Amino acid sequence: MNRVVNNPEEVVEDAVTGLLAAHPDLLAATDNPRVIRAVGAPKSGKVGIVTGGGSGHEPAFVGYVGPGLIDAVALGEVFASPSARSFHHAFKAADGGHGVACLYGNYAGDNMNVKMAVKLAEREGLVVKTVVANDDVASAPAEEASKRRGVAGEILTWKVGAARADERADLDAVIVSAQKAIDATRSIGIGLSACTIPAAGKPNFTIKEGHMEVGIGHHGEPGVAVVPTRSARDMAALMMDAILADLPFAGEDVAVLVSGLGATPLMELYILYGHVAEILAAHHIAPRHRFVGNYFTSLDMMGVSVTLMRLDAELDRLISAPARSIGLTIGGKS
Amino acid sequence: MDSVSLKDAGPIVADMAAVIVEHAAYLSEIDGAIGDGDHGINMSKGFRRAGERLGPHPPDLAQGFATLGETLLDEIGGSTGPLYGSFFLDMAASLKGRDAIDRDSFGAMLHAGVAAVIDLGGAKTGDKTLVDVLAPAVATYDEAAAKGEPFHTCLEALDRASEAGLEATRDMVARIGRASRLGERSRGHLDAGAASCRMLLGALSRGLRRHL
Repeated sequence: MNRVVNNPEEVVEDAVTGLLAAHPDLLAATDNPRVIRAVGAPKSGKVGIVTGGGSGHEPAFVGYVGPGLIDAVALGEVFASPSARSFHHAFKAADGGHGVACLYGNYAGDNMNVKMAVKLAEREGLVVKTVVANDDVASAPAEEASKRRGVAGEILTWKVGAARADERADLDAVIVSAQKAIDATRSIGIGLSACTIPAAGKPNFTIKEGHMEVGIGHHGEPGVAVVPTRSARDMAALMMDAILADLPFAGEDVAVLVSGLGATPLMELYILYGHVAEILAAHHIAPRHRFVGNYFTSLDMMGVSVTLMRLDAELDRLISAPARSIGLTIGGKS
Repeated sequence: MDSVSLKDAGPIVADMAAVIVEHAAYLSEIDGAIGDGDHGINMSKGFRRAGERLGPHPPDLAQGFATLGETLLDEIGGSTGPLYGSFFLDMAASLKGRDAIDRDSFGAMLHAGVAAVIDLGGAKTGDKTLVDVLAPAVATYDEAAAKGEPFHTCLEALDRASEAGLEATRDMVARIGRASRLGERSRGHLDAGAASCRMLLGALSRGLRRHL
């Protein structure tokens, strides 16, 4: 393992120190070292927006904290859910008196910790409602959509939920919009190499040299097929086929997000996007918002994910609203 | 009816924490074979912190379990924190209003803890998880109690069943959690959560038997 770390068991602590030092205009520490809030949060009169998840996916999750986006985030160990108490503390850090929307991804640990945290908050009279992202089409068939994992589509869901909260919508309305956002969103990933959790020191799974795993999860969860690596054009076709087969997108407006998984050069992400754009055009799908970069990664995994969100007027308006964070900035200042 | 006062049983919680801290490397090693390899690190972190919170003058068993459960919810994320956290919190809640534990209230306590784990995690027997230790342990305990065996004998049966439950996970294929990625390749290895659970039940059973 050849990495820029100190004690491999304290990478999260060390990363938090650096994040806070680098972005004092965006991020503020709280009493819980695993909870970071936005500068200026909580905002009174607004529904609080919270997310959280394991570390190692940077800029997710902490990189989406900021005006127009997340109010407070709970950070877990590498690839492990934050504790129930950390989610609970994030709820409190985001609470501006109008309840909290917790928008997170569908993983066993996160589900359990959020469930416990919501109970802890309820006992204090703090109302928390949740939306669970399940945009990964490769992780379960459509008829078992509730088993699907949440991946990069989470980012668009945060954006929508947060923008709705900024419009001073009440908690139920924020939840309705965020749920609509994830229901309109589909993603799929391709992995080209495994990743290494620093504390473990070696990858805990492998992808055969010269092969790619179609539908791989953000922690190396198994995909649908391992096949010899194809051209970027064919990768784009494979991924778009899976997405377009799952939800009718033809003739619609969309937001499209191409994310690297950590170790794939940006140049290659743009190569892939070029082909995604061709496919969209062929299906008369109009990309109104395009995001290409390392938005949701898996440590040093090589690979890429594609996310499509079908837009109606409301989702388009909410995606367009100004926001500023490490990972995503839209419009002028907010 | 044989019983142990909750006050006398209090120090057992510290014994349970100690057994986890002592075997942290072993638990991580088991987990490393088919999982992330962090079970021992995470468990020992939480249980060590719980030991510190319990302090040199341990509270009674109910308060001890409550403190342990709270600490795990505070300190350990992943799946381990909430599963063991609610296990101990719900066992603590079932002891509310008592000042001693006997055969039947122990059975009720165990049922409350196991129900919390199954309700939260959704694992079934045979999925290669801690439920494969908990379910046979509680079933065997119930059986012995139904036969009218004394508390001490029921606790011995629980201890043996939890050991057998752990061994049985070796031949299972993981169907839930991160090890499920490996499918057939998870066979031939013990489950780390089952291993820590067996250690905890063993320490609890031994600790109570010392007072009977």
